[in-house]
Amino acid sequence: MWSFSHIANEIHEWLSKTFNPTLTLIIEMVIAGVAVIGLFAALGLVLVIMERKVSAWIQIRLGPNRVGSKGMLQSLADTLKLLVKEGLTPNGADKIMFNLAPFIAMIVAMLLMAPIAFAKDFQLWDLNIGVLYVSAVSSIMVISILMAGWSSNNKYSLMGAMRSGAQIVSYELSAGLSILSIVVLTGSLQVSDIIHSQANGWWIFKGHIPAWIAFVTFIIAVTAETNRAPFDLAEAESELTAGFHTEYSGMKFALFFLAEYVNVFIVCAIGATLFLGGWMPFHIGNWTAFNHVMDYIPSSVWFFGKTFFLIFVIMWFRWTFPRLRIDQLLNLEWKYLLPISMINLLLVTAMAILGWHF
Amino acid sequence: MGPSSLIVLIIAAIAFSGIAILIAKFVLKASTNKQKGEPYECGIPTQGKTWIQLNVGYYLFALIFLIFDVELVFLYPWAVVAKSIGWVAFIEIIIFFFILFMGFLYAHKKGALKWI
Repeated sequence: MWSFSHIANEIHEWLSKTFNPTLTLIIEMVIAGVAVIGLFAALGLVLVIMERKVSAWIQIRLGPNRVGSKGMLQSLADTLKLLVKEGLTPNGADKIMFNLAPFIAMIVAMLLMAPIAFAKDFQLWDLNIGVLYVSAVSSIMVISILMAGWSSNNKYSLMGAMRSGAQIVSYELSAGLSILSIVVLTGSLQVSDIIHSQANGWWIFKGHIPAWIAFVTFIIAVTAETNRAPFDLAEAESELTAGFHTEYSGMKFALFFLAEYVNVFIVCAIGATLFLGGWMPFHIGNWTAFNHVMDYIPSSVWFFGKTFFLIFVIMWFRWTFPRLRIDQLLNLEWKYLLPISMINLLLVTAMAILGWHF
Repeated sequence: MGPSSLIVLIIAAIAFSGIAILIAKFVLKASTNKQKGEPYECGIPTQGKTWIQLNVGYYLFALIFLIFDVELVFLYPWAVVAKSIGWVAFIEIIIFFFILFMGFLYAHKKGALKWI
């Protein structure tokens, strides 16, 4: 049957038959690089148009509808527009830091792609500490934001960066603790192990209420970590113009924008992998016929379906909740989410030891 | 693909952003004038230096974060083996969380979590 891992194996076999091992490795690296860049660009275009269409749908308006059929080419047109805009560097800015910041944002977003399982047995690197790797690499994101804000020589940027720094480091804790509760249930940090442990049911069903609490905490925390509304204090338009990227224009701004959207995709992919079973199809007990129908749907469709559902939920948040104030934001994390997720981790541990999960 | 995928990803990211910025530079015909490089602060000329002292609150939160982040790193190896060790691991983590929570309460009592 057609699948991503099948195609990858075919290409690998053909290459190793035709070329010597070194050349095979180099060609495979180039293919992987081009594929990831393509995925990156496609994700950026799709997520921007999705965001605009979803917000238009929620606010009962039309949204972009001029370029292409139903405005589907709008984000492509926007990218072309940004390409011919000038990338200004303000006077008195720290030039090296200012130009380095978008690169770091992109590198972090790209590195996070490594352990994500896009389809059955289809992963760039299935490293044995996959989950730890994700939380370690994603915390570098804050450095690029602080660099961008500090080097811009603009007070709005600096304020935005400081707020963003406080916010991201705070919410990392509850995101980490809710990831840990799944690690306790699975007993492994490897992404493929975590997915295989959900073959007979996703953790969100198997883990009872503690898994639900962990899931909700995780979604709130990653919404804050990716600087999205209602936690978009770092770029609150009405207070700080555009926050840490006020001074960025042209392609550098586009790179920040792209990195932000890809980060949303990645955290949703991690959430889908940990709680909703990654590429595992939806099974109900012993309904054999139903399970067979579900198995027939390709694993990549399951993965992208779950991920885009979570992205939709995060976009839904944006148009439902008003923006928080900085003290309310920090109170929510330190006085509610952190104690709740610590106690929840104890509950999950007790449940795992007693064997109360299915 | 193994560890080499990280090199591929880093090169891909640098190439992607570098090529995008370079194309933009070549496509563009830019003119310069005196006002162009001024920082954008809603049209008003910027007052004083930008790199000033900021609210101490951010620093306090960063300090408390440091304690909890180190704790989180310690929890990862524990989480992997917790299920197989059983109740000993559970009691240990309760002691660990108790000490940590005392520190957290101390910070709370000192007013470190209050936004000034």
